[in-house]
Amino acid sequence: MNKARRNLAHSIAAHTLLLSYTILALFPVFVILINSFKTRKAIFRHPLTPPNPDSFSLVGYETVLKQGDFFHYFQNSMIVTVVSLFFILLFGAMAAFALAEYRFRGNVWMGLYLALGIMIPIRIGTVAILQMMVASGLVNTLTALILVYTAQGLPLAVFILTEFMKQVSDDLKNAGRIDGLSEYAIFFRLALPLVRPAMATVAVFNMIPIWNDLWFPLILAPSEATKTLTLGSQVFIGQFVTNWNAVLAALSLAIIPVLALYVIFSRQLIRGITAGAVK
Amino acid sequence: MTALRLKNISKSFGPVEVLKNIDLTVEDGEFVVFVGPSGCGKSTLLRVIAGLEDASAGLVEIGGVDVTLTPPAKRGIAMVFQTYALYPHLTVRGNMALGLKQARRPKEIIEKRLKEASRMLSLEPYLDRRPSELSGGQRQRVAIGRAIMREPKLFLFDEPLSNLDAALRMNTRVEIAALHRNLAASMIYVTHDQTEAMTLADRIVVMRDGIVEQVGAPMDLYNNPDNQFVAGFLGAPSMNFINAGQHGFEQAAVLGIRPEHLKISDTGPLQGHVTHVERLGADTNVLVKLNTDEMLTLRLFGQYDFEIDAPIRLGYAMKDAFLFDENGHRVK
Repeated sequence: MNKARRNLAHSIAAHTLLLSYTILALFPVFVILINSFKTRKAIFRHPLTPPNPDSFSLVGYETVLKQGDFFHYFQNSMIVTVVSLFFILLFGAMAAFALAEYRFRGNVWMGLYLALGIMIPIRIGTVAILQMMVASGLVNTLTALILVYTAQGLPLAVFILTEFMKQVSDDLKNAGRIDGLSEYAIFFRLALPLVRPAMATVAVFNMIPIWNDLWFPLILAPSEATKTLTLGSQVFIGQFVTNWNAVLAALSLAIIPVLALYVIFSRQLIRGITAGAVK
Repeated sequence: MTALRLKNISKSFGPVEVLKNIDLTVEDGEFVVFVGPSGCGKSTLLRVIAGLEDASAGLVEIGGVDVTLTPPAKRGIAMVFQTYALYPHLTVRGNMALGLKQARRPKEIIEKRLKEASRMLSLEPYLDRRPSELSGGQRQRVAIGRAIMREPKLFLFDEPLSNLDAALRMNTRVEIAALHRNLAASMIYVTHDQTEAMTLADRIVVMRDGIVEQVGAPMDLYNNPDNQFVAGFLGAPSMNFINAGQHGFEQAAVLGIRPEHLKISDTGPLQGHVTHVERLGADTNVLVKLNTDEMLTLRLFGQYDFEIDAPIRLGYAMKDAFLFDENGHRVK
């Protein structure tokens, strides 16, 4: 901001507001992180103090890592999240392109139909989904989870991406057609790069619910081989005794990959915004 | 050889008929301009020629070949768009070469044509830049370069100057005219700007509501319009239309006189007073309200001073009076 437009009082107020919001948002994460490095007693006695030489303990992480399959759960979560996101973005963008670009009978109704899913929680259909998965022999496979999450994410993806696809210049697409690009090339090479910021938004929206989901892994894929991280962490939560060290350590570890994915996508997001701003 | 022949082209979007039975022939090397108010169907017609829209009925022939069902890339055309439509992820070089690369032409030919086109449009210093690093005028030159690279049988321009500022528009207009002379290629140019139409065209096609109103050389249309619409559309300020009966022409409904054909004269038949004066330096436009309550524009060359509300008397030569019947057709 230039000097003439800077106002100290405003600037302080804005920063105070933003900082307090940041603290508010990060506080639970911070509590989880510090407590994951403490002994059980210290967690309960002084939950808000950072670990000191007396209370420092890695017992939570040791338990989690000794639990053997933890890395496997991790891998399952990662596969499910990344593959689901890939399909949501691919199919969502393709549907959006078709809805935005081609005139066909029932175009508007098709768009509304695809967006309808935003209003209907997919969990209502859990029983039917389970029956379908049993019938098709997909119970206890990661495929089952990927299919469900893709279906869950598509309505919003189609809805958001259609709006953005409509903004891709017709002239540009027509220029591609005259230069001999196929419709697929126009989609992948001209349209997709231009809606990248919107794709990043959709990815961020979808990633966190998928990564954190407990419901569908518990119902569709509870086997040892297909457990996701969230489901795997539940072994430390018992009916009578909960191993808080282990739960907190598992949660701390679970944050890292989401954070990494988020950084990747939000970078895209910011690049998209600034690319338009400096034109 | 004819560069383009349209037979009975019709196009409707649902119940809306945008083009109605259009017949048109463009000769080899001709520069034809489609002009008309917005919504008259000129851009749609261009898209039909390019193959970006299907005609609902009719036949499109380019270079003597029926291309009605041929995809745009195989029609032997190139198109320049109003919004430039450059590929944002490619450099100028990549933008210009993409069409030939898609057609799998040999590298040497691409390189040769690239050199030629960039020299013609003075784009050499910018070949490795991306479109976002170019100014509007440069971008439009790249878009024209991309069209030249294809060596098409027919160039299509879709309001290519509309996004440029006034000074640049004039320069680019001159460049396009020079390009047409150098390449001797057939070109179709769509615009709503009558200056572009008058200055560039060998022939102008005036369109309204999906039909062709009149086709002809610019000066023919200006001097000899078929109907009131063409007469009013070409020329700035536009032609004055007044009631013919009240001014001594019983055989017609409307009398049209161009602003530059009106003269101040003490014996002139048109009496009124000045309501507004626009001084443009080289010429002066005077708005006159006649005693019959009709408004006239008078164009005088040079600089003049008029008092508002001053009485004024105007005359005109008989040969400059255009007469139209109640349907707008010319009465001769």
